[in-house]
Amino acid sequence: MRGNKQIQPGWLLCLAALFLSGCNMALLDPKGQIGLEQRSLIITAIALMLIVVVPVIVMTFWFAWRYRASNTKATYTPDWEHSNKIEFVVWTIPCIIILILGVITWRSTHALDPRQPIASPAKPLVIEAISLDWKWLFIYPEQGIATVNQIAFPVNVPVQFKVTSGSVMNSFFIPQLGSQIYAMAGMRNQLHLIANEEGNYQGISANYSGHGFSGMKFTAEARSQEGFEQWLAQVKTSSSSLQFTDYQKLVEPTQNNPVAYYSTVEAKLYDRIVNQFMGHGLPGGTQHQMMEMSHEDAMPMSHGNGEHMDAHSGNGE
Amino acid sequence: MFGKLTLEAIPYHEPIIMGAVGAMILGGLALFAALTYFGKWKWLWTEWLTSVDHKKIGVMYIIVAMLMLLRGFADAIMMRMHMAAASAGTEGFLPPHHYDQIFTAHGVIMIFFMAMPFMVGLMNIVVPLQIGARDVAYPFLNSLSFWLFVVGVALMNISLGVGEFAQTGWLAYPPLSGKQFSPGVGVDYWIWSLQISGIGTLLTGVNFFATILKMRAPGMKMMQMPVFTWTALCTNVLIIISFPILTATVALLTMDRYLGTHFFTNEMGGNQMMYVNLIWAWGHPEVYILILPAFGIFSEVVATFCKKRLFGYTSLVWATAAITILSFIVWLHHFFTMGAGANVNAFFGIATMIISIPTGVKIFNWLFTMYRGRIQFSVPILWTLGFLVTFSIGGMTGVLLAVPGADFVLHNSLFLIAHFHNVIIGGVVFGYLAGFNYWFPKAFGFTLNERLGRYSFWFWITGFFFAFVPLYILGFMGMTRRVSNQIDPQYHLLLAIAAGGAVLILIGIICQLLQLAVSIRDREKNRDLTGDPWGGRTLEWSTSSPPPFYNFAKLPEVKDRDAFWAAKEDGSAFQQPAHYAPIHMPKNTSAGIIISAFSLVMGFALVWHIWWLAIVGLVGMIATYIKHTFNDDVDYYVPVEVVERTENEHFAAIAKAGVNHGR
Amino acid sequence: MAAEILHHPAAQAAHAEHHTEHHHDAGGNAIFGFWIYLMNDCILFATLFATYAVLAGNIADGPSAKEIFELPYVLVETFLLLFSSVTYGFAMLAFYKQQKQALLGWLAITFVFGLGFIGMEINEFAHLIGEGFGPDRSAFLSAFFTLVGTHGLHVLSGLIWMAVLMIQLVKNGLTAKNGTRLMCLSLFWHFLDLIWICVFTVVYLMGVLP
Repeated sequence: MRGNKQIQPGWLLCLAALFLSGCNMALLDPKGQIGLEQRSLIITAIALMLIVVVPVIVMTFWFAWRYRASNTKATYTPDWEHSNKIEFVVWTIPCIIILILGVITWRSTHALDPRQPIASPAKPLVIEAISLDWKWLFIYPEQGIATVNQIAFPVNVPVQFKVTSGSVMNSFFIPQLGSQIYAMAGMRNQLHLIANEEGNYQGISANYSGHGFSGMKFTAEARSQEGFEQWLAQVKTSSSSLQFTDYQKLVEPTQNNPVAYYSTVEAKLYDRIVNQFMGHGLPGGTQHQMMEMSHEDAMPMSHGNGEHMDAHSGNGE
Repeated sequence: MFGKLTLEAIPYHEPIIMGAVGAMILGGLALFAALTYFGKWKWLWTEWLTSVDHKKIGVMYIIVAMLMLLRGFADAIMMRMHMAAASAGTEGFLPPHHYDQIFTAHGVIMIFFMAMPFMVGLMNIVVPLQIGARDVAYPFLNSLSFWLFVVGVALMNISLGVGEFAQTGWLAYPPLSGKQFSPGVGVDYWIWSLQISGIGTLLTGVNFFATILKMRAPGMKMMQMPVFTWTALCTNVLIIISFPILTATVALLTMDRYLGTHFFTNEMGGNQMMYVNLIWAWGHPEVYILILPAFGIFSEVVATFCKKRLFGYTSLVWATAAITILSFIVWLHHFFTMGAGANVNAFFGIATMIISIPTGVKIFNWLFTMYRGRIQFSVPILWTLGFLVTFSIGGMTGVLLAVPGADFVLHNSLFLIAHFHNVIIGGVVFGYLAGFNYWFPKAFGFTLNERLGRYSFWFWITGFFFAFVPLYILGFMGMTRRVSNQIDPQYHLLLAIAAGGAVLILIGIICQLLQLAVSIRDREKNRDLTGDPWGGRTLEWSTSSPPPFYNFAKLPEVKDRDAFWAAKEDGSAFQQPAHYAPIHMPKNTSAGIIISAFSLVMGFALVWHIWWLAIVGLVGMIATYIKHTFNDDVDYYVPVEVVERTENEHFAAIAKAGVNHGR
Repeated sequence: MAAEILHHPAAQAAHAEHHTEHHHDAGGNAIFGFWIYLMNDCILFATLFATYAVLAGNIADGPSAKEIFELPYVLVETFLLLFSSVTYGFAMLAFYKQQKQALLGWLAITFVFGLGFIGMEINEFAHLIGEGFGPDRSAFLSAFFTLVGTHGLHVLSGLIWMAVLMIQLVKNGLTAKNGTRLMCLSLFWHFLDLIWICVFTVVYLMGVLP
């Protein structure tokens, strides 16, 4: 009769694959402060849990071997079914670990809140990101330019992304820099990221949005300050302009879009894109109030005091 | 006249699909031919299709679940092969329009049409026997539940050959699933197959809740019920509370699509976040609906095959109750990245972690049942040992994902995919397969081939690790889910290994099919003569294998937990009573299958906007049901002679097997 | 001789067994199961109420609650439904007293009140749709029509059930089975009344009052 289970060969092979693929794991080799905090969070959490998981796996193998029916030397207590000591340990130790993890969770969730600005002497750069079918449109409101499928920003400068959608739900994600955030029509989401190393990082959508979803990639170039200015200058040489009518053409479904530059953008285009979806809003009605109060930071869903646990209406309080 | 339906709906130009449809049609024709040749139509109708016997209904559920496992797994293999190819510089062989239907169908099939029915099937076969009852509380509703589920399966399979399926992911988030962005019939097929089979599930929940609370054998107090029955009870509570949320939410999406309402549209005030909240308020309890019975199965298996009382019964029961309650306050962890504030995210994250405490307690209880037991390495125990290792890892990755800060980089990545497959395969599938091997002899009267069972286990668990550990790594590399082309070549090696893992699992499934075939061939050699092939502890083992249709000639008197073990200990097991009384049993009925047939007509008609036909279907359903309520001939008494004859045969078989009374 | 056999301990035991076999009371089980179904229906309505609460303010370019709800009209509807619950109560009393004619009479009156409620509701809906304020006009209206309409569909189902049950009472009389059905319908009917109170309050009153 078969006995216990041997070490899974799968483990060894995958460890090998790990080394073969050259430690090119974006989440474990982040290039920005947010990503770095998240990496240590992941490692800490795993380590805490291994305190329980490793003994469980060891005990499984050990007990299966020692108490196999053919081992008549082992003690056999067929009616023993209760032990206060064991109950105490198996309830308490996990409770303590979860308590610790809970405190870590509370703190890290607040520290890593996407809406939380990054402490830095540098003034944040604002980039507005709009997901479309199936490309990303980016608007730089302060510089008055726009692009499709490419952004650039200086290293060590916090970037404040404002994220929305012009069609279905997507998720704005640059894996090597940190957090993602959902892009939803009519909603204003926010994400703060920072790059601490120069490089070209891949960006994707992390929420399936239709047939062209796989092609919804963009590049995020973290450059030196001069490099960034050069990039801005290059964008400004484009002959295209992004007015609302141009935007409406962009909304039409296309796949695998090449990078595009717009040297001028209609003022407050982002607000206009968001507000398209708010219905026609009665003057003085709650819709309009929300539009007024939504100066950059207020977000219908963001109630930092955590009063509502369930769905947030698009309407503020 | 035919709504949107035209001959164009049949995907002639897609060879893979036409191949699959062809195979299904041929399979169906072969079945029809065999039934006709062997003259088994009447038998099929009277013994199975119109049966209200919980044991038969349970068997039918599991047969359909296994067929759908094949279909869902075919989807999985196609995806893995395609992704290995698409990351090697080719375009793969599945264009997005097809690939996106496959991953949607894979999820829908595995959850709704494989895991749920497998669980409901096991519950059906086992629970009434474990509590010493003769049937469930509402036998007609039981039959109706099964046939409504079959209609859901039918609609899904019809969508393969007539039209298309949804391309939205298994939960069909709007606005993608709304009329504007999914104008085809795919989402409508999704809607109606879920709604119709969902009614069946709801009725099952009510049925088993009432059965367990009201129909236990005399003397069986709640804290003397077998653990599988406890987990079934908690599962049914979850079904009763959560399924109406699914029904309502899908109905709202239906209205958006059919009546132009604005629940989840982008404009006119719709709120897509509402859908996400509601669907997960159902969705999270749903996964506990799947795992709790598996926990119950492991409890039974471990005690039986370690020849030892289950450790910590009381804390197991309380842990199950705690998990049940907690499962309602964690749903937001499925969308931490939607943008709720830190307080909300942290609350739900911490609540999610807290669930791991009672779950961990259960794992230790099983381990300590093994401790100082005498472990027999039967196939069910192998699945259990595999579960203990695999599920612990999956649980760990789950708690990791419950930390919102970590989830922000792992959400929707292949790490997530690996996590939930880890717990669903390692927990749910391993559990149900353990239960399948464990209770098969009870249902059919002969044991399954052990060697093929072992092979199947080893291929499954090895295949699982090869298929999913690479996905954990890919998640850390930043790869997201549901991508079908232009896949970064640096992902290729890991995707290829994962494809290899899928092939290993395929071999495991083939071993299971072989196991069935060989066991049926060898059934006479492996007859279970006593009804107690494993030295069981609970009441189902006190009946013959298979049990008589009335389960118990005399309802057992229960004094303790592990009622059958106690009876074997004190010598009262295997005793034939002196007298029998007539037994009150429900009659078969065709109302369940006919109502469901009308629901299939209605569902299909609604998908294609054939309004007159939909009304015919709906009216047919209602009229058949009303007609059924006028039928007073729904039960009968089994005469004493029949009972006596059946019982005498059973005791003769036991004598032949020479069973010992006691341990 | 026969009497001796009947009094033989084994026969007594068998007889007693025969009785214990019936310890599951089919009627009681049916009512218990129906309660569970009602809990589940409750959650369905809770979902619709939650949806309404979230979407009530999303009036887009359509009308607000204040502009379309007519409280006096709704008050009449409410009284119709409330009276129908009272008359159903009288019907149950008649059943307990085994008075078939009275039972059928009260059921008929209940039916008429219920039908009146449905008629008024259909009229309200038709009127709103006619003015262009249908469920497709805004999220608020979608939620309104769905919540109130689902309740109405439940009432309609109850009416069909009532009609069928009346036929069964005429056909088979006041059997135990019909009694169980009457009790289940009673639970259903009063439950719908309760839901209506919530609808009336959350939708109409809170929509109109400042």
